[in-house]
Amino acid sequence: MSGLSRRQLIVGGLATAAGASGLAVAAKLAARYGLIPPDSGVLYGAGETLTYAAQRLLTRHSLAREFASSQISQYPFANAVSRLGEEFQRLEKGAFEEWRLSVDGMAARPASFSVAQLRSFPWHSQITEIACEEGWSYVAEWKGVPLAHILDLVEPLPQVRYVVYQSFQRYWWDSIDMADALHPQTLVAYSMNGGELPVKFGGPLRLRVPRQLGYKSVKYITRLTLTENLKGFGKGLGSAAPEGGYAWYAGI
Amino acid sequence: MATPHSCQTGGGTAVAGRESAGSAQASPAAPVLGKNGREVGADPAQVRMRHAALVRVTHWLITVSFLALLVTGVEILISHPRFYWGETGNVNTTPLFTLRIPSSRGTVPTGYGYVLPDQNGWSRYLHFESAWVAVLTGLAYLLFGFLEGHFRRNLLPVSSDLSPKGLARAIARHLRFRRPSEEEAWSYNVIQRVTYLLVIFVLFPMVIWTGLAMSPGFTSAVPSAVGILGGRQSARTLHFFVSGLLVLFLFVHVFMVFLAGFRSRVGAMITGRPAKGEERA
Repeated sequence: MSGLSRRQLIVGGLATAAGASGLAVAAKLAARYGLIPPDSGVLYGAGETLTYAAQRLLTRHSLAREFASSQISQYPFANAVSRLGEEFQRLEKGAFEEWRLSVDGMAARPASFSVAQLRSFPWHSQITEIACEEGWSYVAEWKGVPLAHILDLVEPLPQVRYVVYQSFQRYWWDSIDMADALHPQTLVAYSMNGGELPVKFGGPLRLRVPRQLGYKSVKYITRLTLTENLKGFGKGLGSAAPEGGYAWYAGI
Repeated sequence: MATPHSCQTGGGTAVAGRESAGSAQASPAAPVLGKNGREVGADPAQVRMRHAALVRVTHWLITVSFLALLVTGVEILISHPRFYWGETGNVNTTPLFTLRIPSSRGTVPTGYGYVLPDQNGWSRYLHFESAWVAVLTGLAYLLFGFLEGHFRRNLLPVSSDLSPKGLARAIARHLRFRRPSEEEAWSYNVIQRVTYLLVIFVLFPMVIWTGLAMSPGFTSAVPSAVGILGGRQSARTLHFFVSGLLVLFLFVHVFMVFLAGFRSRVGAMITGRPAKGEERA
């Protein structure tokens, strides 16, 4: 065949080898710098990995947009909440005095906090937008304890890479990487627009992750678990979201 | 070819251009026939191609990714078929307009007595994966277009075509829906050129920009991306309209391909040569 010369074959072969080893090196480096999401193995994992890696390189320290108090939405939308059950009603009747947020996993000093204790910690407030993957959004003022402060108190082991958070609604749990967990705007929120955090908006405690879509801001959180690896949680995809077909990373 | 837009500047040059290319092909003293009887020239680059290989590959990659973006975009849209202007908007606020279609969420008042199944999970995954394919393919195409002179040679309209008279003539020709002449199989007319440039340099960048402006991660790094557009909901509404223009382009484009001869035009975009042509022995 005159179509492919020996030179073309050699050049093509070398290019393929270089490309393949380049990809392998890129994959190794990406894993090392935490650029591979836990759901990278799902059907659309390739695109998901590109999105997560690109956004992490771009946004590691960037702050979510904040707004003036005049821009706070007059009519926020809480979305539908499925039945919370009798146990929740009992806790609500007791003004959530019995509500606990436990912190466990790879921490030197695991702890459990009441809402009152959390309220006594240094707080941060921010006016940010919460946007649902469906398309709607609202702006509200959120006040709470920076998650970074809580992590400081429990002293995470150096190898911790994710914080897993569990909702009172047992089927609902999620996780974030340390870039978001230590981010100054990531709050364990207990107040909204200057008042109590209403139950339908996630009260008594909601994790606010303003650099990601609304579904990462899980309502009614009861437990934080520090971990190096997400394999032991659910199906190992990092959150209940991918188990329901949704991406773990929701920065887009 | 030596003269850019040779087919645009007038019938004479166009024919001359074609003849010279044709003769360059027929001239080899001892034509070699390949296995399938096709003429194998001494230098394959001499074989006249309608579309460069990179243009063909990127064309079909963009086609596939665009269709995936369209289907998944519609799926995402039906979870909230209401549009707003400004920063925020939800079912408690007045929409700019509402699409009279059923929704995949029970929380959206649609007037329909039923709720469609939720398809947002895989739709969002595939939407962004296809967007990556489209963006990376688009970058390869842009690089090729600028470095190889594809934009300058094949897409930039010549000034004489842009005169009111030239434009009027081209538009009149289009409105008659007549099958274009054989020459047009080898070059784009002025309306095609202007439309393709608009799609490549205005609509695609706009749809990418308005899409990224909805990403809370991206806008944390580049807040002006959404600020300039007037807010997140404005970005979403603009994303919808720009997508609509791209869909309009798709329909007109496919209609025109049918008008010009589906087999010859699609064949040219696959093999590089129009199906019937002078280069066949």
